[in-house]
Amino acid sequence: MTDPGPGRSGGAMVEFDRVGLRYGPDAEVLADISFNLQPGSFYFLTGPSGAGKTSLLKMLYLAQRPSRGLVRLFGEDLVHMPRHRLPGFRRRIGVVFQDFRLIPHLSARDNIALPLRIAGVSEEDLSGPVGEMLSWIGLDERAHAFPPTLSGGEQQRVAIARAVIARPQLLVADEPTGNVDPEMAMRLLGLFEALNRLGTTVVVATHDIHLISRIDNAQMMRLEKGRLADPTGALRYPPANKV
Amino acid sequence: MIIPRVPVQHRRLLPDRRLSGPTPWVIAILMMLTLLAAAAGVGLARAANNIGDAIAGRVTVQIVTANPVTRAEQAAALRRQALAQPYVHAARQVEQDELLATLGQWLGSAGGDDPVLRSLPLPALVDIDFVGGDRAGQLSQLRALVAEVAPGARVIPHAEWLGPVARLIRSLAWVAAGLVLLMTIASGAVVIMTARAALGTHYATIEMLHLIGATDRQITRLFQRRIAIDTAYGIALGTVVAAAIILLISWQWSGVTSGLAATASLGPMGWALLLALPLLAIALAALTARLTLLSALKKIL
Repeated sequence: MTDPGPGRSGGAMVEFDRVGLRYGPDAEVLADISFNLQPGSFYFLTGPSGAGKTSLLKMLYLAQRPSRGLVRLFGEDLVHMPRHRLPGFRRRIGVVFQDFRLIPHLSARDNIALPLRIAGVSEEDLSGPVGEMLSWIGLDERAHAFPPTLSGGEQQRVAIARAVIARPQLLVADEPTGNVDPEMAMRLLGLFEALNRLGTTVVVATHDIHLISRIDNAQMMRLEKGRLADPTGALRYPPANKV
Repeated sequence: MIIPRVPVQHRRLLPDRRLSGPTPWVIAILMMLTLLAAAAGVGLARAANNIGDAIAGRVTVQIVTANPVTRAEQAAALRRQALAQPYVHAARQVEQDELLATLGQWLGSAGGDDPVLRSLPLPALVDIDFVGGDRAGQLSQLRALVAEVAPGARVIPHAEWLGPVARLIRSLAWVAAGLVLLMTIASGAVVIMTARAALGTHYATIEMLHLIGATDRQITRLFQRRIAIDTAYGIALGTVVAAAIILLISWQWSGVTSGLAATASLGPMGWALLLALPLLAIALAALTARLTLLSALKKIL
């Protein structure tokens, strides 16, 4: 039975309750994960390699259903949600992948415009936001370049621009600054922070301690051996005034 | 819609490499063979039907009496009395010149005016067409009449000697229909393999599209359009080649005016079927691709 903790009824954007995940017959890679993500909050997800960060993020951006437990996103049960409803939820989530996952035969501009096109935005309406985004990431000169001709850092910036172009309610980033120089890392973090101030809930998986210290009021989620360290219970039962 | 409409910008999600793979060429070959088999099947079926209609109720009475005067009298009497029977629709005595002309084709004097031919003792033939469907009873009554009017004459039902030929032609038509079916299945299998290969090749793109909120329908339309267009190119190519072959054979066939071969033709319905086949093939390919893609996408979360 789910424990109705003090943070449960506070309109959490994401709720994980005793979630477990296993691939095939192997042991669980994630076990008894319970936390609530509040709207407009900023979270860093840390932990050693192999702790299960990417698996946890996969469940957050709906690439994976849990093996057990309860996952609620935007107030809806995702474990039993029919498949055909998932695209609508995915459009509210921006994802920055560790390996970028740009479409190689689309230009940087087309890659960034992709979420808007999928959502049915007209070419006329998307040209402005895409142009602004290209300028912001400093790639307006390379708008028509294809990903294989871009450096790792440039690809990273395109991937981030694609994740945030549709103003998602939840932004999930897996090592988003791993391939950029410190200056660009700060600029990208500034973008995440700006989005967060506009109400986007941000979850960033990173090893970069300096990055974590740059965001005030960010909360830390630490995974170790597939379990979430939450000694104070703050992740599971966040204080009511904590936003 | 057979070829779904997809916005131009979305089409770029798949790299533009039209006609580069084997699919259009394999489909072209299969389409050409399908159309040739269908044309053969239709032609043979029509020939079998024509022969069947012609032989179903016809017999020929062969009067071999040695005396030519008596033979002619017996033939005339048989024709007259046969026409008086309620089960006889028509009775016609085959003219001597007609017999000579037929023999002339075989013996080398087509005009039938060869004195050697004219010296041959030819039987008198009476063709009789029955009315209605009780063939056995009618034949039995006719045999009795023949025994009375022209003793010793032979009654030859056409179905006895042309029936096996008609059945053989009909069997060949069924074989052709079977080939059409098999090649349709093979074409469907090619489309399924193409769809699966396309999904495998573009899996990373599909996964990405899913994760940014693309629906199965959006992704399916993208691939369905590409496969339908590639298939349509192949079908068009196969149709053009098959049409050229069929028209050439039809032109050559038009010079055949005698024998069973003359009964084979496509007819308006046959041509309509051949014209409809490529369109049906495109629709079938698009539908197969759509079902394959939707089924495969359902396995991805």
